Amino acid sequence: MNHEVVEKNLGLMIVLIVVAISFGALVEIVPLFFSKQVNEPVAGLKPLNALQLEGRDVYIREGCHVCHTQMIRPFRAETERYGHYSVAGEHVYEHPFLWGSKRTGPDLARVGERYSDDWHRAHLYNPRNVVPESKMPSYPWLFTAKIDHKITPKRMEALRAVGVPYTDEDIAGASDAVKGKTEIEAMVAYLQQLGTVLKNKR
Amino acid sequence: MSSFWSAWIIIISLGSVFGCWWLLFATRKSQKSNTETEETTGHVYDGIEEYDNPLPKWWFYMFLGTIFFGLAYYALYPGLGSYKGLLGWSSTGQWEEEVAEADAKYGPIFEAFAMKSVEELSTDEAALKVGQRLFANNCSLCHGSTARGSLGFPNLTDGDWLYGGNADAIKQSIAHGRNGNMPAKGLNPAMSKSDITDLTNYLLSFSNRAEDKASSERGAEMFQTACSACHGADAKGMQAMGAPDLTDNVWLYGGTPSMIMQTIEFGRAGVMPAHNELLGDEKVHVLAAYIYSLSQGK
Repeated sequence: MNHEVVEKNLGLMIVLIVVAISFGALVEIVPLFFSKQVNEPVAGLKPLNALQLEGRDVYIREGCHVCHTQMIRPFRAETERYGHYSVAGEHVYEHPFLWGSKRTGPDLARVGERYSDDWHRAHLYNPRNVVPESKMPSYPWLFTAKIDHKITPKRMEALRAVGVPYTDEDIAGASDAVKGKTEIEAMVAYLQQLGTVLKNKR
Repeated sequence: MSSFWSAWIIIISLGSVFGCWWLLFATRKSQKSNTETEETTGHVYDGIEEYDNPLPKWWFYMFLGTIFFGLAYYALYPGLGSYKGLLGWSSTGQWEEEVAEADAKYGPIFEAFAMKSVEELSTDEAALKVGQRLFANNCSLCHGSTARGSLGFPNLTDGDWLYGGNADAIKQSIAHGRNGNMPAKGLNPAMSKSDITDLTNYLLSFSNRAEDKASSERGAEMFQTACSACHGADAKGMQAMGAPDLTDNVWLYGGTPSMIMQTIEFGRAGVMPAHNELLGDEKVHVLAAYIYSLSQGK
């Protein structure tokens, strides 16, 4: 093709550019949609219950994922500290993923059951009460703010629409499950289940 | 990966590489000369013309170089569908190698530690150094970097133990965790505010802080029905239950009258999480020795 033709027809040039840069996506992304490794949940994985789900939304709202990753890479230094490296099957019910990209604080992929509920509450109220050198912000408002229970079933329906297997009973009972709960209760419930499906096997 | 997607990846990947190769030579086809000339392409735009010179040699060879690099990479590493690569490299394989290497290096050290008892290890400097680092990584978040604890998280250096301070009890606490269970009002829902005040006065009397002697005496009576099952008739606690000694003026949840009243009214349920899965027996053993050493001579 004469390059004069391409240079003088902007529409054709745009199409050709899109074709040229799409090869990477076709190879790197498209096959993953059909790969068992990323579509099949690991054994024992369940969708978050209503309280944990609300906790996850608090986690997103407060921007925890900006400073904390949820992705343990397969390096010994990481598996020694955090436990088994993360696998794709643990995240099939997550929309969106909260893998994060930067660690100002430690990775949280397997923080579940590592510390007591009391510790999480003390730490979120004011991190310096338990870790004097911490520079994490305090989140005291979580202790008084109540979960908006009316919206919980809608959140679950939205997630079901993108493939999370919530049952009708799950959704019907969601409002009652979180009614009157504070955000800190939801947050701790969410944190305490993180990464607990795949145990810290060595 | 299914063979369809494997083929899909191989065809597009190699197709792109060879497509670049083709493009590199195809654009040179119409070139009339292999050296710089005064010849132009014939485009004119606002009087600006374009020389019809070949690509700079250094650029041309670098482009070829990247193509060869890419092909070599595809041959050596996994990238083409389910093809594993000549080197057999994988990220989990690399991790397993790292772990095996570390096990070979540190395994014998921990094995040697495991041969000794916790008491012996607690005077072994090398073991204590390892233990101190394990403590900093795994325990200091709750118990503090100096192991002195904080409100709700026990001090491990004071010789005062909820569940016992011998080697076995410490190991049990680390490996399998502990679940504190102080029920609200000692499971006496009828307990009134004044009963709680009486009980608090009784507990304060052990550290000579009771202000109201009559109230303290009423509390002593109440204590026998509501609290003694766990804390013992003499209030000296019971390590089998994790019930603290209330006479020693060590207060996990604060020893002020208001904090004691709060503990009685609402109960406490401190949790020490289990660590055997994360750390393994050998590290628990070394950690136990480190923690055992902290309160020796106290």
